Amino acid sequence: MSVAISTSTTIAWFYACNVNDVPNNGGVCVKYDEVQIALFRFARRDAWYATQNLCPHRQQMALSRGMTGTHDGEPKVACPFHKKTFSLEDGRCLSDDTECSLTTYPVKVEGDRVYIGIMQEA
Amino acid sequence: MKIVIIGNGMVSYKFCEKIISRIPAGTAEIVVFGEEPRPAYDRVHLSEFFAGKTADDLLMAPADWYAANNITLHLGDPVQQIDRSNKTVHSYKGITEAYDYLIIATGSSAFVPPIPGVDKKGVFIYRTIEDLELMRDYAPRARRGVVIGGGLLGLEAAKAMLDLGIADTHVIEFAPRLMPRQIDESGSRILEQQLNQLGLVIHTNKNTSEVLGGDTITGLQFADETHLDADMLVISAGIKPRDELAKLSGLETGHRGGIVVNEYMQTTDPEIYAIGECALYSGMIYGLVAPGYEMAEVVATHIYNSLAAAPVPEKTFTGFDMSTKLKLIGVDVASFGDPFAPADTCRSIVFEDTMKGVYKRISITNDGKHLLGGILIGDADAYNMLLQTAKNKVILPPNPEDVLLGARGGSQETGAGVLGLPEDAIICSCESISKGDICSAVEAGNETLDAIKKCTKAATCCGGCTPMVKDLITGTMKAQGKYIRNVICEHFAYSRQELYDLIRIKNIRAFDDALDHYGAGDGCEVCKPVVASIMASLWNDMILDKGNDTVQDSNDRFLANIQKGGTYSVVPRIPGGEITPAKLLVIAQVALKYNLYTKITGGQRIDLFGAHLDDLPNIWEELIDAGFESGHAYGKALRTVKSCVGSTWCRFGLHDSVTFAIQIEERYRGLRAPHKLKSAVSGCIRECAEAQSKDFGIIATEKGWNLYVCGNGGSKPQHAILLASDLDSETCIRYIDRFLMFYIKTADPLTRTATWLNKLDGGITYLRNVVVNDSLGIAAELEAEMQGLVDRYKCEWREVVESPELRKRFSHFVNAPGTKDPTVKFDNLREQKKAAEWK
Ligand code: SRM
Ligand SMILES: Cc1cc2nc3c(=O)[nH]c(=O)nc-3n(C[C@H](O)[C@H](O)[C@H](O)COP(=O)(O)OP(=O)(O)OC[C@H]3O[C@@H](n4cnc5c(N)ncnc54)[C@H](O)[C@@H]3O)c2cc1C
Ligand code: SF4
Ligand code: FES
Repeated sequence: MSVAISTSTTIAWFYACNVNDVPNNGGVCVKYDEVQIALFRFARRDAWYATQNLCPHRQQMALSRGMTGTHDGEPKVACPFHKKTFSLEDGRCLSDDTECSLTTYPVKVEGDRVYIGIMQEA
Repeated sequence: MKIVIIGNGMVSYKFCEKIISRIPAGTAEIVVFGEEPRPAYDRVHLSEFFAGKTADDLLMAPADWYAANNITLHLGDPVQQIDRSNKTVHSYKGITEAYDYLIIATGSSAFVPPIPGVDKKGVFIYRTIEDLELMRDYAPRARRGVVIGGGLLGLEAAKAMLDLGIADTHVIEFAPRLMPRQIDESGSRILEQQLNQLGLVIHTNKNTSEVLGGDTITGLQFADETHLDADMLVISAGIKPRDELAKLSGLETGHRGGIVVNEYMQTTDPEIYAIGECALYSGMIYGLVAPGYEMAEVVATHIYNSLAAAPVPEKTFTGFDMSTKLKLIGVDVASFGDPFAPADTCRSIVFEDTMKGVYKRISITNDGKHLLGGILIGDADAYNMLLQTAKNKVILPPNPEDVLLGARGGSQETGAGVLGLPEDAIICSCESISKGDICSAVEAGNETLDAIKKCTKAATCCGGCTPMVKDLITGTMKAQGKYIRNVICEHFAYSRQELYDLIRIKNIRAFDDALDHYGAGDGCEVCKPVVASIMASLWNDMILDKGNDTVQDSNDRFLANIQKGGTYSVVPRIPGGEITPAKLLVIAQVALKYNLYTKITGGQRIDLFGAHLDDLPNIWEELIDAGFESGHAYGKALRTVKSCVGSTWCRFGLHDSVTFAIQIEERYRGLRAPHKLKSAVSGCIRECAEAQSKDFGIIATEKGWNLYVCGNGGSKPQHAILLASDLDSETCIRYIDRFLMFYIKTADPLTRTATWLNKLDGGITYLRNVVVNDSLGIAAELEAEMQGLVDRYKCEWREVVESPELRKRFSHFVNAPGTKDPTVKFDNLREQKKAAEWK
């Protein structure tokens, strides 16, 4: 899948895991140094998304264990703790309180290898 | 033309809303002066401030609403003078404003009786957000709180003190009973009992003579020579209408306060109106919000008609029903109509259950035809319905007690419900919306609660009418011949029952297939667990197979309950609560090895908390080796079958309840259902296993077993109902098979058996016919289906432990298996650990 990226920032891609390490229509947690990233695979539409693993609601490292789905076609994940849902496209909270949102990361797949992109400051 | 409004409280706001919706924009200039620093807020729900609502949450409308509607709002600027001859008002900040019409909506303030010492530190009133902020800041210092006044507001204030953490809170009432204006002696007694259970101490017949202490309150002295230590006091002894401005400008006021108005809400100066809690109509102050809104409506119409070329029918204020329902306190209290109708003009029906703390009294006309009023304590679910029945003079059913007691476990025969009300019955009293208004809105296509709220404003204020509005929506739609479908979500346009049948007929075993055949899109957190649960109920396949792992609720996906901090709990099955010392040892060893917190649960087994995701398969491997199996504490599945000790040891035991409980738990273990299932077996009617609070419960009798169904603990406890008596063990199990399969096939998602029965047409009579008399001719089929599930049972943790592929999924980091989540933190607690507090 391709991701639209503005040309002024550079992205460092790191290898996260293989395609088959991630369950169909589910997520896993990827360790990137001290950072935890939730990686999601939408097998039905062959789409990949990545966000912070930390749920901003009660600061729980849990989003990778959340349930994925869509609302009006927009991909989302529901936190296993209190079922707050977040858009996987832009990380905004889709439940009642709109203040907390997630950091999202670009994902690319080459062959059966999955890479997550980290923005590098210029 | 210019309209000036003094006061910006709830009624002032409502008047603004009504007048701008009526007169064309630009016809009138509207200026509002408010004394408080913020725009009008919802005073009725003021106490929710202590439950986490912010001042902004409580606003009726933000300041920019006024600006957007061309209303000039001066906040923090009380009007100090009305100059009637020049028709101007003068404000504290020096603004002079001319008016054509002047509306006084100054509300009331708390009445503080002239007791010596009320000015001490630690003494509060309960009226504005600022009052509550002061209380909140002071409360941490207080150990004992007292409220003077056992009326509606006083009790609300007392509850607020409890919520602020003052566990020792007392209520002082001058009269011999609580809420003297709304309820009677017996009602007060029951209420007192209930309040005691909440932790409030009630003193009636107490006349406070002095507030004791130096600068700061230390106690209260009473006229009967007794006293009470206290370090915080809230005075809630009634309200005092804010009529000082009116008095000053020569308008007539009542001698006990209030601005005298006529039926158009005009004061003695016809260009000046008074509305809300400051208005005195026919000798009465209306201290509730609904009559205030009605007054706002009357004035808006009156002013509109004085301007309009085409006047609308005029409205007058003719008094208002003072029915009320106490909220928030944790005990239902309501009074409606005329609760104190004199004995010679009516008959009363009283229902009292001191055990449950329920008291209900209604007065009906001597001919038994009409409801006059009543009091409900401990259970006020019927309040709205009874209020409308009284107000609209609906003819009562032949046994009037039915309206009080409802359908008592039998078939539903309580009159025609809300659909039987006349068209002009007011359903939403806050906004004066009639049944006719709502039904025509539904007919015009507004078929959801949200749509009705938007287009009629019903159910937008106190929300008390919401259940009736919902019933009207479904009722009207049914009357139009529309089939109401309880569809699951945007991805599946079927009810659970329809989907259950489709999945069964098509032999669907994977969520993706269900989506391909009957759904759309990708699914979501609502439909995925529903479909997963249906498939589990039908096939009893391993739930993590066939790509179904990610459609399980998070707890089911990891076969454990997720805890604060992201660790999991481990609950092995201990059927009937019986366990050998050797197995206890294994639990202890496992807990020590993996550093788990252990606790005996309320379900007669042992929970091990604080397991890392990566450790789960290893922990279970050791437990399974010792002969344990999954307890399904994570699933919408059978939980525990509790048991008392029974005839093997107990001198009263009639049969061996432990053996029967184990047999039952092993039969239905792993059975997945729309919601969790709990059971219990008691060896005699002393009922030590609490079987009557379970989804299905069994009690030994001289001749066999009594089977009870559809009980529930939880937040809305409900006793189970006797389904059949004196059964032999085999018949008892056959009936349970039928009952459970029938529930599994027909219940909505996440509906416990109690709620399912409450909604089942025909109630327990119907259920008994299906289960015992096989009225649908499906008993054999239900039993066969259950036997199939029983035969296919496997412990899912054993399957995980034995499969390297499945074990792999229990790791926190996909790219660093074996590394535990470093953010997990524990604290110490009584020689064990607990999850670190979250933010
Ligand atoms: C562990 C236990 C408390 C304890 O330490 O005693 C417990 C713990 C939880 N209960 Fe319970 N309940 C426990 C006995 C009960 C009981 C008593 C009983 O079963 O005899 C009840 C009332 C009886 C009933 O259900 O009718 C009970 C009524 C609830 C409810 C309310 C159900 C309802 O219909 O209203 C919930 C919420 C729900 O299921 O939606 C709930 C939910 C929960 C959850 C699962 C909340 C959650 O989703 O995380 C708790 C899991 C804690 C955890 O992290 O593991 N728990 N819970 C008890 C486990 C018993 C067991 O051995 O399996
Ligand atoms: C804790 C609590 C719980 C309640 N619960 C319920 C309930 O459950 N059900 C129910 O129906 N009612 C309830 N009430 C009563 C309800 O809040 C009042 O009936 C309603 O607020 C009255 O509205 P109002 O606009 O007449 O007065 P208010 O809301 O009091 O507004 C009057 C405003 O005018 C201002 N004002 C006064 N003098 C001047 C002046 N000279 N110049 C400018 N401004 C001035 C005041 O500061 C105030 O802001 C409750 C009240 C409280 C305090
Ligand atoms: S009562 Fe509430 S807090 Fe206690 S275990 Fe049950 S769900 Fe958790
Ligand atoms: S922690 Fe995620 S929703 Fe509460």
